[in-house]
Amino acid sequence: MAENNASFVRHELIKEQVPPVSERGLVKWVRENLFSSPFNAIMTVLSLWVIYSIIAGSAPWFINGVWNASSVRECYDILDGVSGACFAVLKERFPQLIYGFKYPATEYWRPNITTLLLLVALAPVLFRKLPRQLLAFSIIYPFLAYWLIWGGTILVPVVAFLGFAAGVYCFRRFSTNAFALGVIVGVIVASIFWLFGGYLSEANETFLSLQAVPSRDMGGLMLNLLLGTIACSVSIPLGIFLALGRQSSMPIIKWICVVFIEFIRGVPLITLLFVANVILAFFFPPDTSIDLILRVIIMMTFFNSAYIAEVVRGGLAALPSGQYEAANSLGLDYAQSMRLIILPQALKISIPGIVNVSVGMLKDTTLVSIISMFDLVGMIRGPILSTSEWNGVYWELFGCAAAIFFVVCFSISKYSQWLERQLETSNR
Amino acid sequence: MKKTVFFGALTAAGLVAGLASAGTLEDVKARGTLNCGVSTGVPGFAEPDANGKWQGFDIAVCRAVAAAVLGDNNAIEFVPTTGKTRFTSLASGEIDMLARNTTWTLSRDVDLKFDFVGVNYYDGQGFMVKASTGITSASSPEIDGVTVCIQTGTTSELNLSDHFRSIGMSYEPLPVESGSEAVANYMAGTCDMFTTDRSALAARRATQEVPTDHVVLPEIISKEPLGPLVRHGDNEWGDVVRWTLNALITAEEFGVTAANAEKLSAGTENAEINRLLGSEGTMGEMLGLDADWAKRAIMSEGNYGEIFEANIGADTIIGLPRGVNAMWTNGGLIYSPPFR
Amino acid sequence: MSTFTSTERETFRLSMLLNDRRYRSYTFQFFALLVLICIISYLGKNLVENLAKAGLNISYGFLEDPAGYDINQRLIEYNSQSSHLRAAMVGILNTLLVAVLGCITATVLGVTAGILRLSNNWIVAKLMAIYVEIFRNVPILIWILIISSIFMGVLPQPRAFKGENPDATMLWDMFAFTGRGIYAPGPIFFEGSLVVIGTFVLSILSIIVLRRHARRKLYSEGRVIKTGWPSIALFFIPTILIYYAFGSPIGLEYPELKGFNFKGGIYARGSLISLWFALSIYTGAFIAEVVRAGIQSVDKGQTEAAAALGLRNNFIMNLVILPQALRVIIPPMISFYLNITKNSSLALAVGYMDITGTLGGITLNQTGRAIEAVLLLMLFYLVISLSISAVMNIYNRSIMLKER
Repeated sequence: MAENNASFVRHELIKEQVPPVSERGLVKWVRENLFSSPFNAIMTVLSLWVIYSIIAGSAPWFINGVWNASSVRECYDILDGVSGACFAVLKERFPQLIYGFKYPATEYWRPNITTLLLLVALAPVLFRKLPRQLLAFSIIYPFLAYWLIWGGTILVPVVAFLGFAAGVYCFRRFSTNAFALGVIVGVIVASIFWLFGGYLSEANETFLSLQAVPSRDMGGLMLNLLLGTIACSVSIPLGIFLALGRQSSMPIIKWICVVFIEFIRGVPLITLLFVANVILAFFFPPDTSIDLILRVIIMMTFFNSAYIAEVVRGGLAALPSGQYEAANSLGLDYAQSMRLIILPQALKISIPGIVNVSVGMLKDTTLVSIISMFDLVGMIRGPILSTSEWNGVYWELFGCAAAIFFVVCFSISKYSQWLERQLETSNR
Repeated sequence: MKKTVFFGALTAAGLVAGLASAGTLEDVKARGTLNCGVSTGVPGFAEPDANGKWQGFDIAVCRAVAAAVLGDNNAIEFVPTTGKTRFTSLASGEIDMLARNTTWTLSRDVDLKFDFVGVNYYDGQGFMVKASTGITSASSPEIDGVTVCIQTGTTSELNLSDHFRSIGMSYEPLPVESGSEAVANYMAGTCDMFTTDRSALAARRATQEVPTDHVVLPEIISKEPLGPLVRHGDNEWGDVVRWTLNALITAEEFGVTAANAEKLSAGTENAEINRLLGSEGTMGEMLGLDADWAKRAIMSEGNYGEIFEANIGADTIIGLPRGVNAMWTNGGLIYSPPFR
Repeated sequence: MSTFTSTERETFRLSMLLNDRRYRSYTFQFFALLVLICIISYLGKNLVENLAKAGLNISYGFLEDPAGYDINQRLIEYNSQSSHLRAAMVGILNTLLVAVLGCITATVLGVTAGILRLSNNWIVAKLMAIYVEIFRNVPILIWILIISSIFMGVLPQPRAFKGENPDATMLWDMFAFTGRGIYAPGPIFFEGSLVVIGTFVLSILSIIVLRRHARRKLYSEGRVIKTGWPSIALFFIPTILIYYAFGSPIGLEYPELKGFNFKGGIYARGSLISLWFALSIYTGAFIAEVVRAGIQSVDKGQTEAAAALGLRNNFIMNLVILPQALRVIIPPMISFYLNITKNSSLALAVGYMDITGTLGGITLNQTGRAIEAVLLLMLFYLVISLSISAVMNIYNRSIMLKER
């Protein structure tokens, strides 16, 4: 009935209208994101002005940059009063910035390959989807890297590796009965291997030998990466032990760890480098001299491990105590419960923190320039800026150093964030 | 005593030097290289070139010692040191000798336990200003309130303080870690004056774009005898370094040069030259070296005069006159005890 | 059961030291202590032997000797005849100065950047993200060097202010930005200035009391007492009245170019500003991240609930979000403040005379007392670090107590 009386019923849909101009596309986006309120509008204008002035200020400097000149004066002659960068210094001194000024030029391929292989070796540790067999390469890598960077006969790293492998094998074999026995047997077997291997490698110094490069000849970015990588990789296990020690119920061990951690965290790295530079030599046996680079590595490792210990402690504390109790109730001893239950979980939580600390360490390696080591910053401040050719080229050099560090550190921190997300999803 | 390959690896990496024996001389011979402490860069005195090869006036002394002891003037590990690290590096045995324009003072000789083996450059602290400031004297009243760039860790800080105290004027010190950074500050105008040893001032001035824009003021406010030094108590090694330096000086006095040393070593009428070059007497043996040690030292970079002229002399861009550093026979202070 | 245990205790076997849980921990600790003692005595023996060999000794007598060098920035009386200890004190004050300044500006910068990074303004948020990423990922030493080279290369030198037609002029005749630092007018105090300052302090106190009172009324009776205008009036009026009543006892001293440098007023040296600025923007970038994470950690429901209660935007921020976010923000802030203090030791690179520059720099060089100087240096930083973390932990706990 009502149907018949219906005066008007639309039988077809109205065609969809386009939203008003202010509510669609770019305009809407701009309105919502840039000019949603007067305050926002002011901020937008201000930001645009900042961006404009930065670009307007630096663009000519980049565009007019001189890439071919042999000295800063030649640069100025070419620029002829126009504002412009003197990138020629980067071109001429690039190998020095990367490898330092004493690493033999014919051997540059060695650090290059070592860095590439580092990525390969890290891959299976970081990306869990890769085949586990690749881990074998990660284990061999430190020995290979040593041979590539420092040169000398390949027998040295090979013997070191064999001794290490034999030690681990014996430890595995005997630690099933008693942990301490395993450790002792492992150490003894490894020492025997090293003892005899030492004679062997000394007798054949030219066997498969690369040109030996002493540590003093390392420099530039290579030195930064070298110090950073070694300090980080050694300090992670050390940091884990310190963290476990700090959590321990044994008061003496706990206090040793607490004092160590708090002391290292309480002083600036630069004072520890002073210690490495001017004091540490007095603490070694008379008539030995340990090279500055090793002393610096020792102090940096201590420094980093204290920070990593705090990160790991955070991870340990974040685990619910049920995990500890469950491990105990299964009848696992301390070593087993740590190795199988606690640490895998705690470390997973701590990984982002460990990566952050390690990036910080890599940045802090530039501090060695203050104690007259020629790392990337040291090369710039020392041999490059003090030459009469390039005296006064600050922006280009420091800008380049900043860019290099930015690329390295930014990619590491991005990776760490990615890893964080991966771990998060696996938790659910 | 390399027991394990672990130590072997560290040694191969140059991380741990071999366990030492009785004296530095034996150590250096056993090691085959001389560890010589140098500065991180002073034009003319010690600077690495683009290929990383060190050269300069102080470097030549290192090379002469290496040539005398090891027979190879390239068998040197140059260890760059700063004002802060130089003395501890030497005291801790990291370096065998320090050839880094270091002033011979009583406290360094006695309190810090070093032996200065001689003087290879007589210097004094001076001031450099820009010519446009119109300053002509470092003790005139017009310099009151001046900002002075100064390299830290040197005797010049103390001298500067003493100088301004004695003339009763105020100043503002601007301490800088290295000489080249001090120059950069001075050039940028962050400081009005740059003070350091006059030889280094001349070197820095010479490397500026227009050297005549800068004036080295006439005042010399201190005595700065610069020379190589070794650890106290190792007299055999001290003797070797001392007499290598003396050999270079004696060689200039008697006209022995890098070019003619070989010929003269066959024997001459002059007994002193013969003793120096080893064709007469047993000087080398007394030092624990062979007879040709001085000849090799001289042939490394030339005698004292040749080294001076090649690195900092009038014909180089540094352009230093010999002045008080002339031979004693020419009215200078450079004098060597006799080879007898 | 108990008798069984006691008999076992009587038959103590040596192997129980390793295998029995009750005794094993003692064994471990005993060995740890033994190893520690061995290491320390080994190092100590080496130290003594090395010192004896080099003919040196450990002595702090040098601290009493005249230092012999001058320090440009000194907050206490010091001249070249003062002792090394005095020089170290000057350095300590300089360290604390730059650390405090750095902490304040880094906080302001970091909080601003952190909040702006969450802004719904796309361009501002992106700009802040770029700031954070760029400054976080480049070593602070490089920033310090870059900023000091800006000072050296870009700003005019005092000479440029000279002459009839100077190349550079002072801003409002009050501020001079030179390559040597920034000169600003400084206060000079005449007689009666204490009264003015006292009045000012009193009016600040009364503002605080007023606000407390207002809040108590709000919580207990629900009455809103306006504090905005009365606070502003209290802040300005009494001080201004007293100031003129006593005949303007506080004046401004303008910097003036005399000879080589500006004289008078406040002078912030280039080295101080480079270090301060670099520390602030570097640490500010880290703080920004923490602030952002802290704000994001507050559940969105909190904001919505507060809005549903009818709170205005700034109330939502101040009363609901910030108090909760602070609990996440404060602990890392402690470590950032510590980092600023420790990183201030990089003063060395720009010639700022902090404790590392005086005690660990010139004093160390001039006396050759490396071991003593570095140990004192580490002791100083340790004391500072431990006291900052102690104070901040107390503050932290006071904030945490509110959590239920």
